[in-house]
Amino acid sequence: MRYLPLTDADRRDMLATVGVESIDALFAEVPAAAQHQGLLDLPLAMGELEVERRLAAMAAKNTVAGAVPFFLGGGVYRHHVPASVDHLIQRGEFLTSYTPYQPELAQGTLQYLFEFQTQVALLTGMEVANASMYDGATACAEAVAMAGRVTRRNKAVLSGGLHPHYRAVCETYARFAGNKLEVQDPAPGGGEDLGKLIDADTACVVVQNPDFYGEIRDYSELAQLCHRAGALLVVVVTEILSLGAIKPPGEMGADIVAAEGQSFGNALNFGGPHVGLFASRERFVRQMPGRLVGETVDAEGRRGWVLTLSTREQHIRREKATSNICTNAGLCALAFTIHLALLGEAGLTRLARLNHATAVSAAERLGAIPGVKLVNHSFFNEFALRLSKPAALVVDALAARGILAGVPIGRFYPDRADLADLLLVAATETVTADDIERLAGGLAEVLR
Amino acid sequence: MSEWSQALSGHPEAGDSATVQTISGNRGLQIEEGLLFEQDSPGHCGVDLPEPPAFTSRLGGLDRKDPIGLPGLSEPQVVRHFTRLSQKNYAIDSGLYPLGSCTMKHNPRLNEKMARLAGFADVHPLQPAATVQGALELIDTLAHWLKTLTGMPAVALSPAAGAHGELCGMMTIRAALEARGDRRSRILVPESAHGTNPATAAATGYTVEAIPANSRGRVDLAALRAKLGRDVAALMLTNPNTCGLFEDEILEIAAAVHDAGAFFYCDGANFNAIVGRVRPAELGIDALHINLHKTFSTPHGGGGPGSGPVALAAELVPYAPVPWIVHGPAGFDLAEHMAGDAAHSIGRLKGFHGQMGMFVRALAYMMSHGADGLKQVAEDAVLNANYLRVRLAGALSLAFPGTCMHEVLFDDGFLKDTGVSTLDFAKALIDEGFHPMTMYFPLVVHGALLIEPTETESKASLDQFASVVNGLAARAQSIKAEAIKAEAGKAEAGKAGAFHAAPRLTPRRRLDETGAARKPVLRWRPAPVQREAAE
Repeated sequence: MRYLPLTDADRRDMLATVGVESIDALFAEVPAAAQHQGLLDLPLAMGELEVERRLAAMAAKNTVAGAVPFFLGGGVYRHHVPASVDHLIQRGEFLTSYTPYQPELAQGTLQYLFEFQTQVALLTGMEVANASMYDGATACAEAVAMAGRVTRRNKAVLSGGLHPHYRAVCETYARFAGNKLEVQDPAPGGGEDLGKLIDADTACVVVQNPDFYGEIRDYSELAQLCHRAGALLVVVVTEILSLGAIKPPGEMGADIVAAEGQSFGNALNFGGPHVGLFASRERFVRQMPGRLVGETVDAEGRRGWVLTLSTREQHIRREKATSNICTNAGLCALAFTIHLALLGEAGLTRLARLNHATAVSAAERLGAIPGVKLVNHSFFNEFALRLSKPAALVVDALAARGILAGVPIGRFYPDRADLADLLLVAATETVTADDIERLAGGLAEVLR
Repeated sequence: MSEWSQALSGHPEAGDSATVQTISGNRGLQIEEGLLFEQDSPGHCGVDLPEPPAFTSRLGGLDRKDPIGLPGLSEPQVVRHFTRLSQKNYAIDSGLYPLGSCTMKHNPRLNEKMARLAGFADVHPLQPAATVQGALELIDTLAHWLKTLTGMPAVALSPAAGAHGELCGMMTIRAALEARGDRRSRILVPESAHGTNPATAAATGYTVEAIPANSRGRVDLAALRAKLGRDVAALMLTNPNTCGLFEDEILEIAAAVHDAGAFFYCDGANFNAIVGRVRPAELGIDALHINLHKTFSTPHGGGGPGSGPVALAAELVPYAPVPWIVHGPAGFDLAEHMAGDAAHSIGRLKGFHGQMGMFVRALAYMMSHGADGLKQVAEDAVLNANYLRVRLAGALSLAFPGTCMHEVLFDDGFLKDTGVSTLDFAKALIDEGFHPMTMYFPLVVHGALLIEPTETESKASLDQFASVVNGLAARAQSIKAEAIKAEAGKAEAGKAGAFHAAPRLTPRRRLDETGAARKPVLRWRPAPVQREAAE
């Protein structure tokens, strides 16, 4: 077995050193009845070539986004990732290191996480950010829990424009934590009056920008309403690239930003792993979940980095921790950091413009097709279309023609007939004019 | 040994000559590297992008007005920056990483290659099911392996990490109890448990009670029985436990828990010790999370991403989180809503379908090993730990007598009267080129040192590690001997000081963690612009 260095001779020598006859003696404390005799009913060991063959055969059964006109978003976006990103994150010193609990042996990881925290704070317009969460949806649920700790209240108001998966994760977490949620119905393209739902029990209001249907909103007034009532405003961002072009949540008065960072450096990966972003105000930092890296000095007075404020965390505080989270999305955060370092201010804003321009061009072209109506008043790189036929059928018909047209909203709301004709379309920099033409042609044909 | 090599080996006699002063602050291959933000060439960019043709903005007037503050760097600068950072990290690729309960084993590169196949990496989670049959097949195949290895009937795949798996398991348990109208309030957790266990119990709305360990480092069965009652929802147990010991009364423990109408949750962080040899279902376990980033070698990546599938007993299956895979007439599909067969599901725990990239890596690892190789993994992991136990038992103080499983626990008894703490000892190991073992965990012994070598270390590597640890222990003992000779009763400061001063050969020496927490600096900020002297 290529991954096991011990030889049979080693094993014999070592058993002799240990002073036992056979390996079975070392498992003697496992009840005999629970020890499986022989091998489990699974395939035997395979060489690299065989593993590659079998997995490649599975991979070949999928339609690869890059091989077709591709317009899916809905919280996961296809962007071009510079080649150096994947090269750098595969350096063994990053890939195969542990959580940086021993700072003298992990200054590399700690420094990039400090850079990551800074980038996230700058992008979101917030004061501080943590070293990442599992994903945007869990970051959102943790934001609701944190708002409860900060305000000592237990109700959260969730906008209908929140990503349905984020809403669902909040519901699961809240049910077991004993928090109340007031969830608004989705109203694509329309407005909602969240301010009137804030009361003395409200810990936070959760909104998304751009919202799940792509609409861009200014939540400054809502922030004021929240603050006047002693509640927090949580702003969710699922397309972090949008902050290269639009007003950041921090400028609107957000208290917590929970976001998905996949767009920078990370592939679609069929939905994971991605990287949750979590930013807040400095004065709430001791209520934040997750790891934080801080600046300090070493014994010789040189600047260095450590994990800090760990008295919030489970390995110190156990049942009194701010969250049970341990693992973050370290390597995905590294990919995010490298991609954003490569882009820089100039590259980021240009990439954002490029996305917006592509989406504007797609929306204009598609919206002009008979049977298609653009729902949005505003959008960044994603918008909703109302079709004259059920969107799921249209998507399937176009998939059969080799076009991945977008996300049918009905997939999230099977019981809502009024949403069944909505199609969510994302057009990033990876979409070409020809892709848009092919989608337009296909759509016109299917809707005819 | 020359003076120079003595200095490099960090021998106490060498004093502080190890800290060579250079003009640059660099030390050979260790190059000082500032923050990205300190290398800003405004306007510069490491990605060439076209400027879009003219278009009418549809941002609704909510354009970002002020600069963001991101630095501009070219690609060579970025590549060099992160390469230099990488060189300040220890990694399993570079050496033995004996962190107990972390399972730092070799990460095969085949797994990386497979996860990057476009058919897995460049696939969107919301594509129509017909276009992702291979991705769903992969998840289904992984589930089959996990079910076979655990002997459990179902596995929930969406949890993103071990603690997230715990959350999943405990939520399903609470849902199952509530479904039978049984409101319970307490969770029992052994003292030696990972911190995530009590934190998870609290996050699912339970109060936590600790179960003491017996003198053999296992759960005190009598104490457990005394605490069990109709208000106990579950026991959360790690087995093998964090003392590296198999809970040999586990069948009695399971029976006692079940007799009280409670569920038996097992933290599978240490599954590596028994994979392929022992199926948790046969131990009476109702729910068990598996850290794919431990047993199945998906890379730790400096702290993540992880993946924490949860194997579930039949009684808990209806409450599993959505989505899960279903087999329909048209092939694989996903049950995504709390309806039909999933009507009792606890709901959704994560966006989309789980950590697909980790699933591919774990399955590649499983297929590479096969049923035979996985069993060998457990056996070699246990053999390696026992070999170190015997090689180190003479110089270090074993916490509990007898054989161990995949990791071995020592306490700080061997450092008594040396003036050297567990922390000092671990930091001295850093100068010797090794990552320290887990320190001060589990909490059931004083000054714990928990060593897990894993199966991917060769005998030569273990021998080298053992000789260094034994050498350091002897050095600590020599301090004590001299102190006793001097009748000072306490360790002589200068000698112990060599331990206190470690590490000395790393890019940074001991860092001021107290200062960092007292006045947290969590991000870079531009230096305040120097104002001209008052006019």
